[in-house]
Amino acid sequence: MFTDFFLKLRDAKVPVTLKEHLTLIEGLQAGICDWSVESFYYLARTSLVKDEAHLDKFDRVFGEVFKGIEGLSPEALLEAIPEEWLKKLGERFLTEEEKRQIQALGGWEKLMETLRERLAEQKGRHQGGSKWIGTAGTSPFGAYGYNPEGIRIGQDRNRNNRAVKVWDKREFRNFDDKVELGTRNIKVALRKLRRFAREGAASELDLPDTIRSTAHNAGWLDVKMVPERHNAVKVLLFMDVGGSMDEHIKACEELFSAAKSEFKHLEFFYFHNCPYEAMWKDNRRRWSEKTPTLRILRTYGPDYKAVFVGDATMSPYEIVQPGGSVEHFNDEAGQVWLHRITEHFRRSIWLNPVEEGRWNWTQSIGLIERLIGRRMFPLTLDGLDRGIRALSR
Amino acid sequence: MRFIGTKTYVATPDLMTAVNAAIALKRPLLVKGEPGTGKTVLAREVAVALGRPLIEWHVKSTTKAQHGLYEYDAVARLRDGQLGDERVRDIRNYITRGKLWEVFAAEETRVLLIDEIDKADIEFPNDLLLELDRMEFHVYETRETVKARNRPIVFITSNNEKELPDAFLRRCFFHYIRFPDRETMERIVDVHFPDIKKALVREALTVFYELREVSGLKKKPSTSELLDWLKLLMIEDLPPEALKAKDAKSLIPPLHGALLKNEQDVHLFERLAFLARRESRGD
Repeated sequence: MFTDFFLKLRDAKVPVTLKEHLTLIEGLQAGICDWSVESFYYLARTSLVKDEAHLDKFDRVFGEVFKGIEGLSPEALLEAIPEEWLKKLGERFLTEEEKRQIQALGGWEKLMETLRERLAEQKGRHQGGSKWIGTAGTSPFGAYGYNPEGIRIGQDRNRNNRAVKVWDKREFRNFDDKVELGTRNIKVALRKLRRFAREGAASELDLPDTIRSTAHNAGWLDVKMVPERHNAVKVLLFMDVGGSMDEHIKACEELFSAAKSEFKHLEFFYFHNCPYEAMWKDNRRRWSEKTPTLRILRTYGPDYKAVFVGDATMSPYEIVQPGGSVEHFNDEAGQVWLHRITEHFRRSIWLNPVEEGRWNWTQSIGLIERLIGRRMFPLTLDGLDRGIRALSR
Repeated sequence: MRFIGTKTYVATPDLMTAVNAAIALKRPLLVKGEPGTGKTVLAREVAVALGRPLIEWHVKSTTKAQHGLYEYDAVARLRDGQLGDERVRDIRNYITRGKLWEVFAAEETRVLLIDEIDKADIEFPNDLLLELDRMEFHVYETRETVKARNRPIVFITSNNEKELPDAFLRRCFFHYIRFPDRETMERIVDVHFPDIKKALVREALTVFYELREVSGLKKKPSTSELLDWLKLLMIEDLPPEALKAKDAKSLIPPLHGALLKNEQDVHLFERLAFLARRESRGD
């Protein structure tokens, strides 16, 4: 049964591995959970799920695989529950006032009698409804119900008045799409772009220089220090927003958030479809606060590495024709501006979220690819890898 | 050794299971959750509950995995060699033990807290894989292997600033501290302020959960902020009615500075309060 659960989790794309599965079994053997389903659920969750984004998927699979385990069959109940026990149960749960309310159904004895009758009549698990014993109903018998005279069956204790089983609550639903995934891989790929240089205060011991200087000093120690190494790569990110880019937002956000934490010198600008004479930094104020492209070229030296991110999917006129832009009248064609930018920066690449295999179908992608000097790469890990190699060459 | 919460810490059943699993199998427990939900406090409380000493290793952006093991002060040794100091003959004089070594060498089981592991470099967790799995490491300079006498109970907290590598996650138990529901929150308040007036708590919690519902807040107030706020309310001795202001005239709760830490959030809230006031006047 556990193996089945393990396989179902993997089917549901919860990344569990054999090691974690073995940990769970080890935990069961160590007797961490008492034999209730709930504590088994908690143990399974803590050993198998390692990211809150997967908790909801886990809850769903758990509910599916272990459905029905938590409730005993009525026949078994009838066999297993002695009257004494039921009485004790009642006494533990009912206040004096509630006990008085029981009179509404004809007193305690009557209540027990009715319960036994119904248990005998009822076959199978039952949920909802107002007569049968089961869950979530208004009958006085069963668990999770609303009848003040109700008797709890199958719950040994009032657990914080939980009306639903914990995994059925699916409390982690929100995390499923909120957390960005995959940024780690992107960060690792971006790392290759790092170029270390020594800048700033001398804080590290320079061993070779110290030995050399000490030897020069006839054996008297002469400690030499050097500044720590820092990532000196400067990156300028140009991102296409709006229109056809909307479907690629997730991939771009991942790239952006990974890049932002990875580089000390990272500047970014937005454009629409094709870079023209101005770009902007804040999408909400894109009309009021524009930065002229010429100023960008003056501000950031040729040592910056320019990375364009865009699907390059547009009408060819937007690239080759003055006045071709869909949003405003541009005096000079997009290709002139693109040419200026790539001329200015020593290294530039274009990352395209569109699959590489579909590039041939769109004329404008071919145009941009030619303009950028064939340095267009797909926005995948492999493409990022190739792109970064092209940038550092 | 079983953890069932302490006098000052309310542990939910799922948290207890996770902690007990980590204790029983001696594997690290990775704790995540919104800031201010008691991630760091957990390790301290477990240490107190089990009566074990706690060693805290606070991770910063410059922290390297090696810092937790040991550091070899080559420069000091070089200098001593120049001065003909006797100490120089034994390399062990120049090896400073890190937190992990300290924990491994201890006679009894200790609790180790590795706080905010995501602050460090992205490779940091990878560099600790073997150390946390086998609870041993090799000291290159003295050619000795330090092995834990008693596997420590390790708590690791993360604020999700960086993703952790899969290989690292596989070796840990994981628990996400969910934001407490109202009932749990009442118990938390109760263990912190046993003397507080029940009516005040009820009103304060209503205001607090309403505030958390406001969409667009940059930083939602959390448990620790609620506790600070309640403390202030108690010091000021405000009556519960002061919080009840349903007439929309004073929708901004008194002493809100303890709950809203961000200027934009205060502005946002003021704007919403203003709108609500206008609506209620239109009625």
